[in-house]
Amino acid sequence: MDVVLKADDLSGGYLLVQKGSSEKNEVYVDAVSDVSLQLERNEIFGIAGESGCGKSTLLKMIYGLLEPPLILRGGSVTFITVDGEIPITSLSENDLRKRVWWKKISYIPQSSMNVLNPTVRIRDHFIEMFTFHARMTKNEAYAEARKYIDQMGLPRDVLSAFPHQLSGGMRQRVVIALSLLLNPNIVLADEPTSALDVISQKVVLTMLEEAQKELKNTLVIVSHDLGIHGVMTHRMGIMYAGKIVEIGKTEEIFEDPLHPYSEALIRSLPKLGDKKQRTGLGGHPPDLKKPPSGCRFHPRCPYAMPICSRTPPKMKMIKPGRYVACWKNSMEE
Amino acid sequence: MSEENLLQVEDVSKIYGYGFLGRVKFPAVDHVTLSMENKPKIFTIAGESGCGKTTLARMMLGMVKPTAGTILYRGKNVHNLKSKDRTWFLREVQAIFQDPFDTFNPLKRVDTYLYETASNLLKLKNDEEIRGKIEEALRFTGLSLEEITGKYPNEFSGGQIQRVSIARALLPKPRLIVADEPVSMVDASIRINILNMFKALLTKTGTSFIYITHDLATAYYISDEIAIMYRGMIVEIGPAEKVLLKRHHPYTQALVKSLPEPGKKEEWKTRVNAPGMEIKEFLSPGCKYADICPHKTERCVKEKPPLFEIGDVKVACWLYE
Repeated sequence: MDVVLKADDLSGGYLLVQKGSSEKNEVYVDAVSDVSLQLERNEIFGIAGESGCGKSTLLKMIYGLLEPPLILRGGSVTFITVDGEIPITSLSENDLRKRVWWKKISYIPQSSMNVLNPTVRIRDHFIEMFTFHARMTKNEAYAEARKYIDQMGLPRDVLSAFPHQLSGGMRQRVVIALSLLLNPNIVLADEPTSALDVISQKVVLTMLEEAQKELKNTLVIVSHDLGIHGVMTHRMGIMYAGKIVEIGKTEEIFEDPLHPYSEALIRSLPKLGDKKQRTGLGGHPPDLKKPPSGCRFHPRCPYAMPICSRTPPKMKMIKPGRYVACWKNSMEE
Repeated sequence: MSEENLLQVEDVSKIYGYGFLGRVKFPAVDHVTLSMENKPKIFTIAGESGCGKTTLARMMLGMVKPTAGTILYRGKNVHNLKSKDRTWFLREVQAIFQDPFDTFNPLKRVDTYLYETASNLLKLKNDEEIRGKIEEALRFTGLSLEEITGKYPNEFSGGQIQRVSIARALLPKPRLIVADEPVSMVDASIRINILNMFKALLTKTGTSFIYITHDLATAYYISDEIAIMYRGMIVEIGPAEKVLLKRHHPYTQALVKSLPEPGKKEEWKTRVNAPGMEIKEFLSPGCKYADICPHKTERCVKEKPPLFEIGDVKVACWLYE
């Protein structure tokens, strides 16, 4: 396994100060809890899960973007380059900006089609990137931007447009083009298409996929839509209530989900051409201010046993590359 | 004929203004005709953003007046109802919207909505009776009055509050529910429960549904009939099974091909064209899909195709003349 980044026992969440009371009343939302994960070179890795499961928070922590109220509680993220290891979690924001962000790891935040500066033409977004990171002159940068836009398959008049003149799908493609500009080793994309229609979604995802194939880098996609993982990712991790519950090859997870939550998610997916009755899960996801004891899924789990509410299950390797955190799978051995 | 139909949409258009002082007029809904028999059925109107599906739904509910054409509910024009008929219509036809948090006033307890609906529409005075009806409607959605009493909207999860809004819609025992993207904001594992609830209502109480969605997979799962819309016009309409599996119109084909589904990796990889400039397409005198259609001819740009019949499916495309 050719690991490019690893997270070890990563924990973090949101420290909120409750207003209204005279005493300082702090509440901690346990968004990412003891997550260990390894990303490989030249792969598309998916992080799936429903709203509030901590998938976006995990991505931010991998990037090192710890803006308050998000705090790191424990564990580490290490980026492994050919020249040695870079400890993401112990670098200051300034160092990350200089050494890692954009050049080595780029991050496409959620609803990123709205991150472009509305008063700046698209070409100036590119020129700024080139002059800041590659120390080019303005003219060189403009020529480079034109060449690059062609390469990415975007129409040239995009460069002279202001962001609001472009459709959502086109803006998203511009943001992706910017994120790939400096050939990063890792691209982190948070719900890159959740605001787009299916056809625009496909165009955007195809662009990401083709870029990954060409650069042979690592693409991480966070999405609530299992369909996207099914057609895009090579491996995936499924998150529930701040924990990764299962990791494996995407096809294997879809074929034979081992964790009861993965199973429920996959079984609930309606499919074109298949009218079989589906069933969903009862209950609702827990409040992460006070997560359930033991396995966080046990209140909704159809297979829950006494041990599940007492002790949290550890991630266990079922076979090479396949990990599950569930007592049911540990007992059967 | 229209007397027998539950809903009859007759050549309906809605023109909106655009640009400076709204001087550029464009049809958000362009000459749409469809009908629903008076039998329990789920009829889906599917399409992407800007296809006019929500405008059409709002016209069906009597909330938006069409620029041209008429909408008849059981033979009565929904935009021209006398006071008595109006109350009857409000009881018979109910709505469920996309964002349940928008449906409820954040400063008002959710149970008050249920009490108000019960007393206004059912004209019930007896508290005991009202509570009984509410309890009955809530039970259908898997909730109980006890669970929701005294709570404000922010104390519920998205899935729960959507179920409260469904219970509210069920109270007057409607014959038709118009549901505009009711599950698009609900997580996948709970989404299917709500869709199953619609199916159960259909068989148990005979309630019909108009399901407005962009999601063809859920549309296939629950609907009997479907209309696919693009830029205000219906491009294909018929039994859901045939429309979604046979796929005559090039736009239906592009939509289904773009649908990411596990196990369809290879199929998904075929190329499709991204939609073009919205306003230009809306104003086109010909087929509005022509701009990006792989089968485009001279005629498509100039002349709008009528709906051609292929068995019980109707397709608006010159390919099927």
